[in-house]
Amino acid sequence: MLTITLSHYLIVSALVFVISLTGIILHRRNVIALLMCLELMLLAVNTNFIAFSHYLGNNAGQVFVFFILTVAAAEAAIGLAIVMLLFRNRGNIDIDKLNELKG
Amino acid sequence: MNSANLAVFEPLIFYGFAGLLLLASLLVIGLRNPVQSALSLVLCFFASAILWLGLQAEFLALILVLVYVGAVMTLFLFVIMMLEIDKVVLQRAFAKYWPFALLVAAVLVGILIFILLPTHTLVEPSKTSLANTSNIKELGGVLYTQYMYAFELAAVLLLIAIVAAISLAFRGRKPSSKAQDIAKQIQVQRHERVRLVSMPAEKKNN
Repeated sequence: MLTITLSHYLIVSALVFVISLTGIILHRRNVIALLMCLELMLLAVNTNFIAFSHYLGNNAGQVFVFFILTVAAAEAAIGLAIVMLLFRNRGNIDIDKLNELKG
Repeated sequence: MNSANLAVFEPLIFYGFAGLLLLASLLVIGLRNPVQSALSLVLCFFASAILWLGLQAEFLALILVLVYVGAVMTLFLFVIMMLEIDKVVLQRAFAKYWPFALLVAAVLVGILIFILLPTHTLVEPSKTSLANTSNIKELGGVLYTQYMYAFELAAVLLLIAIVAAISLAFRGRKPSSKAQDIAKQIQVQRHERVRLVSMPAEKKNN
């Protein structure tokens, strides 16, 4: 029990993933909270990649994490710009009130 | 310190920071104030950076702290402080959805832990350890050769993200701002700027 195996890391990142999924369900209406939960989810996925990379002795997983971090940073920047625009034009960031395309 | 002593510390560090990671991620979704939950997310990033250090991914752990804590979370905090978020909306949503969220969480935790138990994962720790050379050297070696095109694509992606974010958030130039208008500058004619004045020569009288 005292040696840390791959399963320990996988279980921790699975728990973080489930917590962030719960957060997405709970904060369904606040865009900023949704973005933060998405970042947490990507963190769990990255931990999985790095754990496999370590235990399989192959650094392709770490390269993958590098690219995921790049894409996630771009996603956060554009997402926050959209949130700013939304707030400037409408005065709130409630997802349920975003129904102009409904017709 | 020899390696036997270090082996005692490894589970201690793992359990400590894994617990911290789980606690902080619960705080991220549990706290009502968005600033507090963003700060808990920073704590999450720090704890998992320590976990990644334990997995010998030093470069990515440092990048996580530098890029995420230094840039992305700062951006989040700026945006949160610029917007005035209606806290009442958050509370109503909380009360409405938590049984469903709890159900989904319980089912997923059950399934995932059942699958990921050590008896089911057949991955053996590999004998070829990655720790022979420095982690940065190894990553750089494959990043600039084998993954060259992906690396360049990532650079282009970041450029596109910059252009998109600025063009989305740019409000247009303020009328009072003093900026160069290059078209006007190169259309200027001689007679608009230079005025020749003819006047009689004057004598120095002393």
